[in-house]
Formats: sequence, structure tokens, C-alpha cells
Amino acid sequence: MACFLVPTTEAIITTIAQKALAKKEANMEIHHEGSSEIVEKTSFSRKLKWLNNMLWGGSALLALEHVWHGEVVPWFPFLTAASDSSSRSEMFHEMATVGVTMALLVTAVWAGMVIVSSRLEKRAGKLAEVVVEESNEEKK
Amino acid sequence: MTLLLTVFAAIISTIVWYKNAPKDDWKVGTLALIYWGASLMWMCDAIFEYAELKDEFFQPATADMINDAFLGLTVIALGLIIWLVVLLAKDPKGALKAKLLSKKN
Repeated sequence: MACFLVPTTEAIITTIAQKALAKKEANMEIHHEGSSEIVEKTSFSRKLKWLNNMLWGGSALLALEHVWHGEVVPWFPFLTAASDSSSRSEMFHEMATVGVTMALLVTAVWAGMVIVSSRLEKRAGKLAEVVVEESNEEKK
Repeated sequence: MTLLLTVFAAIISTIVWYKNAPKDDWKVGTLALIYWGASLMWMCDAIFEYAELKDEFFQPATADMINDAFLGLTVIALGLIIWLVVLLAKDPKGALKAKLLSKKN
């Protein structure tokens, strides 16, 4: 009915957060220009972009499905379920159950991706440190 | 059927992305994320539908299946269009920019 509106709302919020974070990170980069780390880490704003892509993409494709089934129309109130009170309450119920679950599942999968990538970066960092230490010892 | 087709599109785009990783000149990673996002959302929808219909969920009518297959293909096409717009807008290879600049000169 209108379940895609929940992930769409989340996408709007995360996009705003991602843009603000990217600006902040860009300022911090200027501050730390002199110091370079051994392994370049993926910034959190870039990781947040993964979530944005999943939410926006998924919502857009789901919106098409709703247009296909005649649940979204190009005239006011745009959602056929919003025209009478009984179907309106059904619509809100679907948004609260299916819509919220959709948003939570996508966010949970993204959180898993962030955890895995952070662990991989840490492991790569440790390996790089060992290599640098070994080459320093060889030079001595 | 729509879920199945979208999952296949997600798997294929992820394989293509992985084959070229860490380079992502074609922004295939974005396409894969679009399809995975849609697949996860449709999976939720399918779980709720299964809870309501039980065994009936696995016995759809032929007409419904054909309609869903058409929808799945349309969804894949829309995903590709979104990806193409993102690719041309970001222009990671700078091809579009170079083309426009060379025309000006």
C-alpha cells in the first residue's frame, strides 16, 4: 500500500546525515593533511552512502511496484489507500509492520557490512604495520 | 517472481563488481546496492505475505506469475536506468566531461 514510504523517510534522514558528515570529514582531512596513515580507511560518510544507495534504490523500485499495482496514482492524495478512512488505517498498519521491518532489515544488513569492513581494515592495518616494522629492522 | 528476478540481478551485479574490485570505474557497486536494497525489501514483503497465505504463497496462479515476471523485468530495467543516470552524472572516467570540453574547443 505505502510500505515503501518508511524506507524513503529513512533514506532522506541518512542522506542529510551523510552530507553533513562528509563536510565534517573534509574539514578534518585538511587539519590532518601532514599525517598519513599506513592503510587508508573507508570514511564513515562513505559507508553511510552504501545505506543511502540501498534505501533509495530499494524505495524507487518498490515505488514502481506500487504504481504497477495501482496503489500509487499521479493525482491527489497520490495513494489510493488514503482516499477513505478504513483503507487508510490498513495502510498505516502496513507501514508500521512491513515498512518498519523493511527499513530495519536494510539497516541491519548495512550494519553487518560496516562491521565486516571495519574488521578487514583493522586486519590490513596490522599486517601493514608488521611489514613496515620488518623493513625498518632490515634497514638497521 | 519479482523477488527472485531482483535477487538474480543483485547476485550478477555483485559478481561483476567483485571481478573488477577495488576498481569501480563503472559504479557497478551502486547498481548492486540498489538491487540488494530492493531484494531485502521484497523479502520482507514475501515473509509477511507467507505468514498470511501459508501454503498458498507457493502456488501462485499462472497469470499472476507472468504479471510478476513482467514486473520483475521492468524493475531490473528501472534499476539499470537509475544506475546509468548516476554513472553519467558522476562521470568517473571523465569521458562525458572530455567530450563536452572538446566540443567547446
